Amino acid sequence: MSATVGKSPLRTDGVAKVTGEAKYVDDLRDEEFLWGMTVRSKVARGTIKSITYDPDYEWTDIVRVDYRDVPAGGQNVVSHLTDDQPALASTEIRHMYEPIVLLACADLERLAEAAKHVFIEVEPLEGLFDFETADKSELIVYGDDNIMNHLTIAKGDVEAGFEAADLIVEGVYRTGWQEQMYIEPQGMIAVPHEDGSLTVSGSLQCPFYVLTALKKFLGVGEDKVNVVQTITGGAFGGKEDYPSMIACHVALLALKGQKPVKIVYDRAEDLAATTKRHPATMRHKTGVMRDGTLVASRVEFDLDGGAYITMSPVVLARGLIHGVGCYRVPNVFIDARVLATSTPPNGAFRGFGNPQATFGAERHMDKIAEVLGLSPLEIRRINLLKAGDTTATDQQLDLSVGGAACLDMVVEKSRYEALREEYAAFNAASEASGSPLRRGVGLSTFFHGAGFTGNGEARIMGRADVELREGGRVRIYTGSIDMGQGVNTTFPQLASTELGLGLDAVEMAVPDTSHVPDSGPTVASRTLMVVGKVVQQATRKLIAKLGEAYPGATYDPDQQAYVDADGAVVASWQDAAAAAYEAAGGPIRVEQTYEPDPNVEWDGDKYLGDAYPVYSWAADVASVEIDLDTYEIDLLDFHTAEDIGKAIHPIIVEGQLEGGTLQGIGYGTCEELHMKDGAVLNNRMTNYIIPTSLDSPEILVHLVELPFIGGPHGAKGLGELPTDGPAPAIAAAIAHATGAEVNETSFTPEKLHRALLAPKTGSVQ
Amino acid sequence: MKISLRINGGLMDVDVPPMKRLLDVLREDCDLTGTKEGCGEGECGACSVLLDGKVVNSCLVPVVQAQGVEILTIEGLAEGEDGLHPLQDTFIKYSGTQCGICTPGMILASKALLDENPDPTREEIREGIAGNLCRCTGYQKIVDAVDDAAKQLRGEEHHA
Repeated sequence: MSATVGKSPLRTDGVAKVTGEAKYVDDLRDEEFLWGMTVRSKVARGTIKSITYDPDYEWTDIVRVDYRDVPAGGQNVVSHLTDDQPALASTEIRHMYEPIVLLACADLERLAEAAKHVFIEVEPLEGLFDFETADKSELIVYGDDNIMNHLTIAKGDVEAGFEAADLIVEGVYRTGWQEQMYIEPQGMIAVPHEDGSLTVSGSLQCPFYVLTALKKFLGVGEDKVNVVQTITGGAFGGKEDYPSMIACHVALLALKGQKPVKIVYDRAEDLAATTKRHPATMRHKTGVMRDGTLVASRVEFDLDGGAYITMSPVVLARGLIHGVGCYRVPNVFIDARVLATSTPPNGAFRGFGNPQATFGAERHMDKIAEVLGLSPLEIRRINLLKAGDTTATDQQLDLSVGGAACLDMVVEKSRYEALREEYAAFNAASEASGSPLRRGVGLSTFFHGAGFTGNGEARIMGRADVELREGGRVRIYTGSIDMGQGVNTTFPQLASTELGLGLDAVEMAVPDTSHVPDSGPTVASRTLMVVGKVVQQATRKLIAKLGEAYPGATYDPDQQAYVDADGAVVASWQDAAAAAYEAAGGPIRVEQTYEPDPNVEWDGDKYLGDAYPVYSWAADVASVEIDLDTYEIDLLDFHTAEDIGKAIHPIIVEGQLEGGTLQGIGYGTCEELHMKDGAVLNNRMTNYIIPTSLDSPEILVHLVELPFIGGPHGAKGLGELPTDGPAPAIAAAIAHATGAEVNETSFTPEKLHRALLAPKTGSVQ
Repeated sequence: MKISLRINGGLMDVDVPPMKRLLDVLREDCDLTGTKEGCGEGECGACSVLLDGKVVNSCLVPVVQAQGVEILTIEGLAEGEDGLHPLQDTFIKYSGTQCGICTPGMILASKALLDENPDPTREEIREGIAGNLCRCTGYQKIVDAVDDAAKQLRGEEHHA
């Protein structure tokens, strides 16, 4: 039996990665290439008056381009959802790191010197830096009112709900920027070919996004440009949209210089210029009954978009849909906006609006519990969505609704209720003895819509191909890429399990847009669940195609053979494959396209209906110890129970959940980006702190597997889920330990000190 | 400046400026790109190599200081033609590598730890790799991998 689904075979990328053989973009040094660099704005907002190059400087070995070099048929935009962002600023500067001029040279030191001889004359303008007041500002930096996007959800009658409620509880919650901090900085290389075409390779999540952007920027078709993903050293959403920018830059330099050009950002440039998680403000007003039942919820959800739109509308949509958390609320009104500022554009980051929404919703639930005299666990048990309930978008939940199962699991495994009592006793004893130590335990429950929002999957219609190769081997062609999350192992698991073959019989084609189909982007917790299903179906199609030679036979993976009605072998896979390969005179490739679920109904105008094909669910429990002399916060341990449908590769699944949890812990505890007048103040690893192995507690993952019929073997999306819930669980633990109101990420010792001194906020009527 | 380096058990002669970063010499002049650059300021540990068995950030070491010492990079860790070091085996087995960019440095830091302390507690493993940042794993599977490799190296368990 060689089926590997549900087992943990060795990662297919493991050997190359542990021996140093794996080549990332910065390691590709075979060809002679020029190093490219970006000359950026030095002001957050302004007007470019002129761009000139020092006539006395020796430019002969340097390629230089600015907006005037964009090819005649192309457009000076980095095309995403909208085409508002130029690849190279021409007149208007909207943020501090706006690229203006590009240089390339074989010698890096000459390049740095040459940059000093580029003269950019700029008339500075006042910038807008506070998104919370941007809608009322007289200074307009975007459109008519600085509002980039505005979405609402209205379910039931929220005002009538407030009337009927026993109590109204209000609160305001805030989250800051978060940097993806993939350890491999962004980088791309463009290689021009003799026929005038161009190959652009690099560290990226979405080859076809980059291809689309290049085609528009250069004004060419697919025959003139292809995009190849190189082994990608982490991405987390940070390599969803920004690689298109760098791709346009290397392409332009390579075409102008007619030589390969590589740009690899150093950490400081990457941290300052590329997209980050949107800062957010969540204003909650909730009507509740004395028994704890939620009756109405009004949420104002605002995001800081930065200077350009990038992925903001879809980040907003996801935040909006998750805005009241995973609870049953009959009357909902959510008002969600993206506001423009003169800061670098914010964009995709694992969780995509949900970590912000969940932080607000979960902190607010604890506040409601406190007001009502209920425990955080009781308020959640009363209101948690279960099968048959409807979400904020009026989506009725039916299958694989694992919220309560996760809550029960994490409460049991962590001993949550016992810990609450033990820590209360610990704190009382501590106070009595004059010890500064306090302990607390906090809980969060959350969910994450898997796959694209609304009818996104039906719009994308992702495709994957499976090809029979020589010797009965199978190759998978997909535009989904491995960025560490293990798709180069889990996709072959899915295909080899259909065939009954070992994992080594299946290989992944290099993601190159010239020979893989567009499977949609590698984002939105969709790859395994949505594209994996397509891979599974494509494999079945290949099996059926070869089976045409054996009428009446079916394929039995256990015997690795086509069998008759009695189960007797008609032809082994090897024999059938050899015969088919020979008859076809070469490889046989089958195509499969995503089949939309006919039961999904979504109203994209009202934001009502089936927002996602399914949700993944989770519950976290964090334990902390705080020293009230130093305000140091020590995480004692961390439990998470996550319903992900089915673990195709349990070790990879656990690794994803542990890693995502630690990013969520970092979001809550130590990761803070500081911006002043549009400049990032801490754009270094030295001063933007991500958790080390010592900062991280033991993260104990408890899997809950409630299968989803729409995913392969019941699997649901899980990539983003773990990042949504840790911050509010830790905040709750700190509040439990100290009584402080923790309504804002991150909870550094400085912030905790201030919170303990501050009066309580919010209101209860 | 002509410098002779002892790398992975062999000798390599390079002609480079004496203050050139060891990281760049390894990657550019020795074609050993398994040593990675994540930050260039000694924070992330992706460029970790062992100098006489001690883990250092090669982005902070001028090549001239690496003369006369034994340099071990990830390319020199595997034992024999197709054998892997137990740490390499367990990093694969436990998925202690995800995106892989921190992995060479992480494995070398782990080797330095186990050479000095063959029987570390999980907390001591966390201390041993605290200079190496990983953004994918949450460190859990890395600690598992180092823990298991330590057992194998002590001869307590045979690797399957």
